[in-house]
Amino acid sequence: MELWRRAANPWNQEVLIGISFDLMWAALIAGIVFVTGHALWVRSLATANGHGDDAPAPPGLPARILRHTFSARAFHWLMAISMFALLVTAFFPWAGIQFPWVTIHWLAGVLLILTVVYHIIHSTFWQDFWSMWVGRDDVETAKREVKRFFGKEQPEGRKAAKYPLDHKMYHHVIVVVTFAAVATGVLMMFRVDTWFWARNPYILSDAMWGVVYVVHGLSGVALISLVIAHIYFAVRPDKWWITMSMFNGFVNRKDYLEHHDPERWAGDGPQGQLPEQT
Amino acid sequence: MAVIRDMIPPCELFQPASIGDALNLLDQYGENSWVLAGGLDSFDWFKDRIKRPEAIVDLGGIEELSGIRADGDGLVIGPMTSLTEVATHPDIVGRFGLLAQAAEHVATPQIRNQGTLGGNLAQDTRCWYYRGGWPCYRAGGNICYASAPKAMNAEHCVFGASRCVAINPSDTAPATIALDAQMVVTNSSGETVYDAEDFFIGPGIDIERMTVMEPGDLLTAIRIPGTWAGADFYFEKIRDRQSWDFSLVTVASAMRTSGGTIQDARISVNGVAPYPMRLDEAERAVIGQAPTDDIGVAAGDIAIRRAQPLRHNAYKLPLMKNLVRRAVRAEV
Repeated sequence: MELWRRAANPWNQEVLIGISFDLMWAALIAGIVFVTGHALWVRSLATANGHGDDAPAPPGLPARILRHTFSARAFHWLMAISMFALLVTAFFPWAGIQFPWVTIHWLAGVLLILTVVYHIIHSTFWQDFWSMWVGRDDVETAKREVKRFFGKEQPEGRKAAKYPLDHKMYHHVIVVVTFAAVATGVLMMFRVDTWFWARNPYILSDAMWGVVYVVHGLSGVALISLVIAHIYFAVRPDKWWITMSMFNGFVNRKDYLEHHDPERWAGDGPQGQLPEQT
Repeated sequence: MAVIRDMIPPCELFQPASIGDALNLLDQYGENSWVLAGGLDSFDWFKDRIKRPEAIVDLGGIEELSGIRADGDGLVIGPMTSLTEVATHPDIVGRFGLLAQAAEHVATPQIRNQGTLGGNLAQDTRCWYYRGGWPCYRAGGNICYASAPKAMNAEHCVFGASRCVAINPSDTAPATIALDAQMVVTNSSGETVYDAEDFFIGPGIDIERMTVMEPGDLLTAIRIPGTWAGADFYFEKIRDRQSWDFSLVTVASAMRTSGGTIQDARISVNGVAPYPMRLDEAERAVIGQAPTDDIGVAAGDIAIRRAQPLRHNAYKLPLMKNLVRRAVRAEV
């Protein structure tokens, strides 16, 4: 399997021109292998490994707790639309399904950039910015989970705040990969006709363009695996309560108490108070 | 980069005697095969060492791919039929003169004797950057040298660019669109029939191909329906020199008039886009109208409305506009 594609430029210098098409299939297979492996591993666990819901409920805890505000959900789904459009327009032609993809691709890229910019501003000024950072409690909990995985008796760690550690890690990987795709994608927009500037393929050297194409390609194929994993977790029955919260915004009291520590996260209502009684 | 040599690199040459044998070979070698029709373009590619197929499948020995025969009120033309035969065949000259004129405008008599209709329709672009062996989009790379700020792009496209700005160079292609021709493409899975308009594709769909044909596909027939038999035709090819050159802009039209009014029309151009373009809007503008100069001018204006010229090819706009105008005015 080849990793890169190379060609001789007009000066007969060997330059990178992009990643190998094989990597698309490798990413697809990696995603499927991960999903299958995880599903089998979870199935093999004899007993549920989660926290009980025996924690005392805070007084006044409503039946439904707000997890994602409307604006957060709107961001998520707009980003999902743009991401799907980007992946389809990027990889379907590689798979032999030909259609005029370039304009749709860069328009979807612009939508992705707008949603990312919105998300950065929104999460910085209107949400708890630090809720996505990995804290000391997360590390402690992770250590204990790893030890438990290898059969060592460990007391349970603290329940998660708004986001468990695996969500945070996934988020940060997506951030890195998406930023790589966006940064290189913006540069690549100089090579096609867009609304923003006259195309000019000579703003970078051939060798530098090769790097841009490779980074864009690698981030693209990484997103194939990451999106497969994301969809897999979204449709798993034991995660359905999280998925539903991305539709209607709420988690119910039972799931909240089972998976979250009320002292660490009290819902996304005004001023962090437990919101709306239903 | 192209390295021009006198010899073709070693490869296998197959000369099948039937379509089935040819398809088997194309299946066997896949992307490493090369379909050889008249060979006029192929040998340049091979000698320049830009295309290096493992196997060349020469169609010259397949009789069923040659010749012209009646099919109801239309014709079926084998893709290996020489351009000279297309230009001189009585049925084509008498009923589908547009195609005969187009074939007659290809290159030189010697080339028309050797060149085939299928080869002319399916030929690759003449973009000199691409032909020079540079790693452009069309060659599998990630750049279009012809659309760069200082590129020499006088002969490139004013419509339909999508990263690549090369044009389709075929003289006969616009005539097949104007005649509502159909292309029969066969591979090991069976036969698919494409309208001529859909047979040619742009870089937005596949930047490395000019037609729908993929490795393993063979153009096995060109069907000309009787729809436009005996209609009024107009063909004009503008080139840098009249003796022998590729087209800068070509127009091919078929029209039917009655009572001084255009009843139906097909207008197609080539040399302005990566594919031969049918001018639907211009057709709609002239149908139901008298073929006056004013209508011709209006159709020409409509035809170039969405053009996006490059640095050196804005001259194609008045050229195309006037060719459309002449095609309409020729009805007078």
